[in-house]
Amino acid sequence: MNAPGNPSEKMRTRRRFDTIGKPRRRVDGRAKVTGLTKFADDVVLPRMVHCKLLRSPHPHAVIESIDFTKASAHPGVHLVLTGKDFPISYGILPVTQDEYPLANERVRYVGDPVAAVIARDEQTADEATRLIEVKYRLLNTVSSAEDALANPEPRIHDYGEQGNIHRLQAFEFGDVDEALMGSDHVFEDLFFFEGNTHLPLEQHASVAAPDGEGKLTLWSSTQVPHYIHRALARALRIPAAHIRVIACPNGGGFGGKCDLHNHEIVVSRASMILGRPVKICLTREEVFYMHRGRHPVLMKMKTGVTKDGKLTGMHLQTLLDGGGYGSYGVASTFYTGALQTVTYELPRYKFDACRTFTNKPPCGPKRGHGTPQPRFGQEVQLDKIAEKLGRDPAELRLGMVAKPDSLTANWLKIGTIGLEECIRLVVEHSDWNNKRATLPPGRGVGIACGSYLCGAGLPIYWNKMPQSGVQILADRSGQVTVFCGATEIGQGSDDMLAAFVAEVLGIDAFDVRLVTGDTALTPVDLGSYSSRVTVMMGHAAIQAAERLREMIVDAASHELECSPERLVMAQGRVFLSEDPSKGMTFAEAIVFAETKYGTLGTVGSYSPPRAPGRFKGAGVGPSPAYSYTAVVVEAEVDQNTGWVTVPKIWVAHDIGRAVNPVLARGQVEGSIYMGLGEALMEEQIFRRLPAKMSHALVHKFPSMLEYKSLTSLDMPEVFTYLVEDPDPNCPFGAKEVGQGPLLPVMPAVANAIYDAVGVRIDEIPITPDKVLRALELKAKGEAPRVGPDHFPQVPYPKPVYVKTPWEGGDGNETKPADRKQAVAS
Amino acid sequence: MMRLPWFGFHSPRSVAEAAKILAGEGPNAMLIAGGTDLVPNMKRRHQAPKTLVSLRRVDELKKVSNGSGLRLGAGLSLTEIVDSQKVRGAYTGLYQAAAQVATVHLRNMGTLGGNLCLDTRCTYLNQNYEWRKAIDFCMKSEGDICWVATASKRCLAVSSTDTAPALISLGANVKLVSTQGEREVLLADLYKNDGIDYITRRADEVLTEISLPDSVGWKSTYWKLRRRGAFDFPVLGVAAAVKFAGDGTVEEARIALGAVSSRPLATKAGNSLIGKKLTDEAIAEAGAKAQNVAKPMDNTDLDIYWRKDVVSAFVGYALRELRGDDMRETRMRIARQVL
Repeated sequence: MNAPGNPSEKMRTRRRFDTIGKPRRRVDGRAKVTGLTKFADDVVLPRMVHCKLLRSPHPHAVIESIDFTKASAHPGVHLVLTGKDFPISYGILPVTQDEYPLANERVRYVGDPVAAVIARDEQTADEATRLIEVKYRLLNTVSSAEDALANPEPRIHDYGEQGNIHRLQAFEFGDVDEALMGSDHVFEDLFFFEGNTHLPLEQHASVAAPDGEGKLTLWSSTQVPHYIHRALARALRIPAAHIRVIACPNGGGFGGKCDLHNHEIVVSRASMILGRPVKICLTREEVFYMHRGRHPVLMKMKTGVTKDGKLTGMHLQTLLDGGGYGSYGVASTFYTGALQTVTYELPRYKFDACRTFTNKPPCGPKRGHGTPQPRFGQEVQLDKIAEKLGRDPAELRLGMVAKPDSLTANWLKIGTIGLEECIRLVVEHSDWNNKRATLPPGRGVGIACGSYLCGAGLPIYWNKMPQSGVQILADRSGQVTVFCGATEIGQGSDDMLAAFVAEVLGIDAFDVRLVTGDTALTPVDLGSYSSRVTVMMGHAAIQAAERLREMIVDAASHELECSPERLVMAQGRVFLSEDPSKGMTFAEAIVFAETKYGTLGTVGSYSPPRAPGRFKGAGVGPSPAYSYTAVVVEAEVDQNTGWVTVPKIWVAHDIGRAVNPVLARGQVEGSIYMGLGEALMEEQIFRRLPAKMSHALVHKFPSMLEYKSLTSLDMPEVFTYLVEDPDPNCPFGAKEVGQGPLLPVMPAVANAIYDAVGVRIDEIPITPDKVLRALELKAKGEAPRVGPDHFPQVPYPKPVYVKTPWEGGDGNETKPADRKQAVAS
Repeated sequence: MMRLPWFGFHSPRSVAEAAKILAGEGPNAMLIAGGTDLVPNMKRRHQAPKTLVSLRRVDELKKVSNGSGLRLGAGLSLTEIVDSQKVRGAYTGLYQAAAQVATVHLRNMGTLGGNLCLDTRCTYLNQNYEWRKAIDFCMKSEGDICWVATASKRCLAVSSTDTAPALISLGANVKLVSTQGEREVLLADLYKNDGIDYITRRADEVLTEISLPDSVGWKSTYWKLRRRGAFDFPVLGVAAAVKFAGDGTVEEARIALGAVSSRPLATKAGNSLIGKKLTDEAIAEAGAKAQNVAKPMDNTDLDIYWRKDVVSAFVGYALRELRGDDMRETRMRIARQVL
């Protein structure tokens, strides 16, 4: 749909905008700051009852019996449900249907729901859960990825690769061993990235209610109403046409509200049984148990470079701790490798990945989904490479930035790249050249870069339909109502939608009425994940708006007795471009259009371009465009204690075009906030007790007090620069900004600490005890590094071998036999 | 959300009335001042008192008066302590400690007396009922073992008050009132090194007043170590008060540590400074002595070995500041605020 000459192309290259690019108050901002936004927990309905879940206190056990007679008899209790009421398994990915709304036989982590009580109020429901007697037979627990490799029995699931290995993947793009052998230097490093969680301020809440005809409505904190709609129909065995899912505005999601959650199914079923609305609101503890956050990943990264600082090849191996269920884990596993080729030129690339099952809350997508971990590894390793080669790390990176309009070794199509400009900006504004290696001891600067998707190329279930749809209604009052399944999670989805339509129709964004995230009323949009909304919804919105514009302009031109091409729509008017006094108001124009065409309604939709990769597994990684970011961090390290402070961060993000610069900056700063928390303190870690006395394995501190994330006092001064080089694949050229800016923060902190005190912390988070330990090693003359010291044996399979685009590949797998022949000849 | 258990509520207008209610209700009643610690603890069912006796309406607990030094009502909010010019001027350590408790909102509610009576904390304990069940409880909740050190006969929950170490270093006394009469004790003697039985205040006593001795010749400071600039309880508190002779020789010195024991730890490390000037060597010696007696446990934030390793450094920062070194930059990095 981006053929030259089409209206979108004209829009992209247009110089003058009325709405796009202007710093504006977001269209939903007033309600948010005055407390009027209705979150899921604000939904209150007549005759509503309340649900509480009883959760497993054991990390791994078989449920032998559940006696809930006392709970059922408790005054005020309406219903008690157990696993027997939910015989059908579900899962967000078609390949991992491994969860039950309430455990049917086995519990797999502390917090796995076992029973549900629905009562007149939350307190009564809570009291009654304590009256349920569950007999468990305890099983041995698996506490880490290495533990999972070492203990194939007992199996946490009876599916997967083998033992407690959930998933193995291996790809090789060009002969990497050969590339490494031919390199001037080969660097081999181990890195570890601890798991961490989303920590949205809004805890998950849902209300389910049947209507008079027995059809179900679910209001929920969800980023993906369409996926929930599909999965719920399957889990409840109700036709999708009888289910309506409404995504309430989310108080933050960050990937934690992308699954179909067990409580959503439970309240839906309970409301159908009781014939009345049922609400649940998770406590903060329960959100930590629900999790689906960042996977802990151990990495081995072997990289070849030439003496003049070009990468020759990389062999990356990752080992993921997946927790108790599949969730999005198969995709997360792919993503620990798939985007490693997009930032810098990498002629050959090999990638082995392994996801394990453990008895902990399931991991899944968190901001950056699978890519922050290898990004951390590569950016720290590049710092080591630069030092070895005697090069400035910023200049080394400038020399290897991927080329625009190119294919990567793993067949990803890159469009525009603003990374060089990003690097130059942060280098200049941070005074990098006068600071690196020259600040007094204890102070240092570090640089890192990254790139990210602007929407995943493929949906999570196979289909060739549009990934986003927008419908617009306009009527004689001048009112424009826009319908789209996209979901506001705080990132500004609604504001983007209003802005695109307003720009095309020449009206004020505040005058656009929005209906979003409602599967009964809005065209399908896949949801707020993978940084896809601005690009995909934007395209669909522009198409729908342009179709409406065409009708309006046609009708108006008839009235004004001119050709439609001479008309401009701007500032709420339709007028002649050469004589703005000749024209009419937008509402008057609508009247003419409605008179001419009848009721006015248009639709638009978007499907991403087909990706060039053809091999099995090529579906993860392609995107219409990639965003780029560079970050410089200044750090201070107290050499007596290892205490780290970060006073300043400079960040430049290649956004293509900033639709609303205020929101874009907010997203960048939010990423800095989250990234710095991950770098310095956030850890989703678990408590074990002495093995002889207990097999407990429980989240170490499921509370916002003890799970540490930054406070406003801990935030550095952030200097944000937006690089705008419109991408032809993006609406008005706008790329993503929600996730990419997070990626370089963690490695830039690690690199700054090295510049400050000469110690390498090759794992995240970088806590003061690790820094002090490394400083002590340095003082003793030993290798000043703290990080993982071994990588276990993982039975990675033979890789899918694909020739690179520049070595005669066509995007298909080359079978081993063909490959041997090719080598022989 | 987590809900409170049911409880009865009294709101007396005087200390005498409060003491009378406590005497009548027996150990099932608890005092509540700001409630910033008690209420979340009740939600987690650490305590489920039948009756709460609120001190919020007892005006006599909110007085500031001059004695030989300064007398502070136990019901003063931490914000009132922070804003008190008398405290800021003469008892810097107390001001700095109060200013670093939790957050603005919690300081507006929390009281000085409440912070002194703060229950001990432990990451094996300060979790909800379901979590505690997952580790089969501990000796301070419904179980019989201390998971921090399974061989321990006593509970190792950690004293987490900021103002107590500061006040101990300043030589404060506290007044306790019951229907039996009143008594005044040295603040350091209010505490016991036991995570469960951590305070010598009897259940029928109201802590009414904190009295500080005259501050002439003294300088004091408080350094709080915690992960973030707000919210967090200390993982180490260093309170130091030193009385200097005109030539800078130390006449008296008290160093108290927080969060490294089940009580605020009144150390003898200050004694090594007496008769000396605060040279780097003298400071290092005092730091080493303090570090020796600090026993951090693995039941709060951050690595325990590291927490022990840095005691000496933080005692050093405190003493160098009292010596007159410009420690503002270091202070800013640790505290993230001007103090």
